[in-house]
Amino acid sequence: MKPLKVFDYNNYSYLGGVLYLKNHLGFSNAGDYSNRLRKFLPNIKERNLTIDFNQLKSIDSAGVAAIYNTVSILNKKGITTSFTGESETIKEKLELFKPPAFEKHKSEQEYGFLLKVGDLLYKVFKEHALSFLYLIADISYWTISDIFNRKQRRKGEFVNQAVNIGVNAVPIVVVLTFIIGMVISVQSATQLRNYGANIFIVDLIVISMMAQMGPLITAILVAGRSGSAIAAEIATMKVTSEIDALKTMGLNPLRYVVIPKIYGGIITMPFLTILANVAGIAGGALASYIYLDITPEIFINRMSGVLYQKDIITSIIKSVVYINLIVITGCYFGLRVEKGAEGVGKSTTKSVVAAISLVIVADLIMGLIFYR
Amino acid sequence: MIEVKGLTASFDDRQVLKNVSFTVNEKEIAVILGGSGSGKSTIFRHMLRLYDVPYKTIRIFDKDIADLNESEQLEFFMKLGVFYQNGALLNSLTVGENVALALEQHTSLPPDIIENIVRTKLELVHLGDAYQLFPSQLSGGMLKRAALARAIIMDPPLLFCDEPGAGLDPVSLASLDQLILNLRNLLGITVVMVTHEVSSILRIADKIIFLDDGVIAFKGTPEDALKSDIPVVKDFFSKGTGATLTTDH
Repeated sequence: MKPLKVFDYNNYSYLGGVLYLKNHLGFSNAGDYSNRLRKFLPNIKERNLTIDFNQLKSIDSAGVAAIYNTVSILNKKGITTSFTGESETIKEKLELFKPPAFEKHKSEQEYGFLLKVGDLLYKVFKEHALSFLYLIADISYWTISDIFNRKQRRKGEFVNQAVNIGVNAVPIVVVLTFIIGMVISVQSATQLRNYGANIFIVDLIVISMMAQMGPLITAILVAGRSGSAIAAEIATMKVTSEIDALKTMGLNPLRYVVIPKIYGGIITMPFLTILANVAGIAGGALASYIYLDITPEIFINRMSGVLYQKDIITSIIKSVVYINLIVITGCYFGLRVEKGAEGVGKSTTKSVVAAISLVIVADLIMGLIFYR
Repeated sequence: MIEVKGLTASFDDRQVLKNVSFTVNEKEIAVILGGSGSGKSTIFRHMLRLYDVPYKTIRIFDKDIADLNESEQLEFFMKLGVFYQNGALLNSLTVGENVALALEQHTSLPPDIIENIVRTKLELVHLGDAYQLFPSQLSGGMLKRAALARAIIMDPPLLFCDEPGAGLDPVSLASLDQLILNLRNLLGITVVMVTHEVSSILRIADKIIFLDDGVIAFKGTPEDALKSDIPVVKDFFSKGTGATLTTDH
């Protein structure tokens, strides 16, 4: 910023330790005044500065803010300020619009990178980790204890949830995993053909679909579809005090609202995942037939050699873990909603992001456990 | 300050306002009241140019508001503060950011001065601590006060309030009324208010414009309204309070 040599304008000027204000200082010119004065500041050598209001006819809140801003900047430089010649009206305005003292919050830019990361981790742990674990404990307890206790569960709710989470998701899951199976096959075909290893396309598709892609893609789709719906439903219930109403009627919201979703998910998700695996393998088989001339008979024969029971069981275990994470995350963010429509939207978004992240982390952990 | 002359408005075939005329003087608090469907909101929205205004029917700041070019329109809106019934704060912004919005868009003030102005205005409405909060974290009364701070951020000479007391408890309502009175007295603002709250009307109104089925049934001071023999006015004030009717401003 190049310092100004002189400060002499229509409505404000500076001479020998006196800042003269004229005519009007307000919304229309306070920005200009402030910017020019900041550039001129290095030239002020006096230790005391007087602001002369004698020729100032009017001032508004922006003008007052600019004056006090000047005072504050000068004080920081060790220059004392005084006012002179204020009319009664201007004195009143200076009093009325005097900015309150406040503590400036340290902006994020002022923190170092490591401090920011540490602060973020601490906040996440403090705000989420513990309460999320408590919720998992609560839900696990009620999931097990409510198996034989149908009290506090609405009749037919479990079936409704099974249909919503599982059955209604069948078309989208089957179509998408079929396409993904085809894509994997098409992408790999060229490479395998170069090495004359066409037949290994079967191993690649079967293992990748059963062990990884089937359960993972299904979980991601269910997180986007049902996880968001669960978070939005519970958040709306919280915002509209329905959760409070349940509590005051002596009902446990977790048992009434959440547990049926867990049951519905646990029952349907393994089937959904198996369907996804089959669809993915079918898609892969179709593409192999088209690009590598591997007939369905050859594909099935080879598949029986590479598909182990362990892969099927792993796939089912993964699907059960994933659906629990999705439902619990949806409930967690739904229950933590801040009031208002905006809050419901935010909770829903957070729940989907968190559910997908947790599913991927769980996938890594289970991969390490099952395929060491 | 405001002159409405022969304003008539209709929606489809239904006439909502029939030849309405009144004036609001500088530094006056004028309250527009009437039953549901009486046309108060229609007048309000006409004065804000939210509806097409017929020529030569509404003059504000000595100008026909139907005949403003683009820069005059901007100048007109800069001189208005509008306080909406539900606050109408943007939920994605903090209270400070909401209040600062017009300053950031319409002035060249540096950020530290904008922050000072915003904090001053929040302090004026007793919301000094709410600068960093989001609207969803405020109570109903605080939300209204934040909306008031936003409405007066540009020191407007004219403030429009659409049912400011709706949904407030009597104590918060009285404190909001006092705040509006203080702002009028301190800043010399002219206030036009639409409200149903009889207690509020009696506390702060200088002038009452009572609408009944699109026609002005009564114009005058609250004292005159209380003595009025006009059936709708009498009915409104007697059923609206059920208590002692005194004015205290």
